[in-house]
Amino acid sequence: MTVVRILGSGQFRLDDSEVGHLNELDNAVASAVAAGDGEAFKRSFGELITHVRTSGTAVADGELVTSDHVLPAADTTLDEAREAFAGDGAIPG
Amino acid sequence: MAGLMSRFTTLFKVKANTMLDKAEDPGQTLDYSYQQQLEMLQKVKRGVADVVTAKKRLQLQTAKLEESIVKLDGQARQALAGNREDLARTALERKALIQGQLQGLDTQITALEQQQQNLIDQERRLSAKVESFRTQKEVVKAQYSAAEAQVRIGEATTGLGEEMSDVGIALQRAQDKTEQMQARAAAVNELVDTGAIDDLTAAPGSDLDAQIAALTAGSQVDAEMEKLRAEVGSGAPAPELGQGAESTESAEEAK
Repeated sequence: MTVVRILGSGQFRLDDSEVGHLNELDNAVASAVAAGDGEAFKRSFGELITHVRTSGTAVADGELVTSDHVLPAADTTLDEAREAFAGDGAIPG
Repeated sequence: MAGLMSRFTTLFKVKANTMLDKAEDPGQTLDYSYQQQLEMLQKVKRGVADVVTAKKRLQLQTAKLEESIVKLDGQARQALAGNREDLARTALERKALIQGQLQGLDTQITALEQQQQNLIDQERRLSAKVESFRTQKEVVKAQYSAAEAQVRIGEATTGLGEEMSDVGIALQRAQDKTEQMQARAAAVNELVDTGAIDDLTAAPGSDLDAQIAALTAGSQVDAEMEKLRAEVGSGAPAPELGQGAESTESAEEAK
């Protein structure tokens, strides 16, 4: 099982067979960020978040597990995603 | 190019690892971490309260703008009734401007409500994780030496470190967004103050108000004149005898 955290939304357990598709969606997001395409980013990042939420099961509130992958918050903007590539801008404090 | 996920995961883990500072004495680490967790929970509670305050402020501004819309609507009607189409048009233009501002405020209030709900969810998760960490901590402390306990509770510690970082980032973002919204609300107030958008709630000062008031006063005078004319015409109110006689006499003399 793979544990994915979406910042602000908690952790989700995904079957390892889902990880391939997860990476495909993630690559589409990276391309959109590289191209600076806001529409494509919104669509692909939305798909990625939805995939984690729908194909995974939420980790129980009181359970303490380490995540294998971490995704920025669901309402992340293209600019914030860009900062994540450039430095640690998307992770304040 | 590496994916967003792997890049973000690396950045996040660096932060999460520094989240739970290590105390000098390994025996104190677990208790020290627990203290930090409780502080973080307090911060989330304050964060929720701050978002609620910001939301209330925007709701007050909304109520104020709604009041001025009702007022402008009334003014437009009055102006039209007084055949002042120009004034009615001005009132309706201002009404449209304020309606635009209102829509912006509605969007912001919805966003703040979403943020409030997210923070409440995060508080619930963090609270449950802190409680479960506390239980695990007590169990390992009873069974193992301090150094061994530290190792045994490793997964719980990193899991909690993640949650703490997650909450910390959410709080920072919530604060940034709230500040942005307050800045925008302040900008609207400033526009109103400097007259770029007339503050139509400031009743006696505005030009439109004065003109409508004059118009209303004018029509009131007209209405009273009409009434007086009608009364005088029908001769209804009997004049005082003496005065009446005098004036009749003088009228006859004049002839």
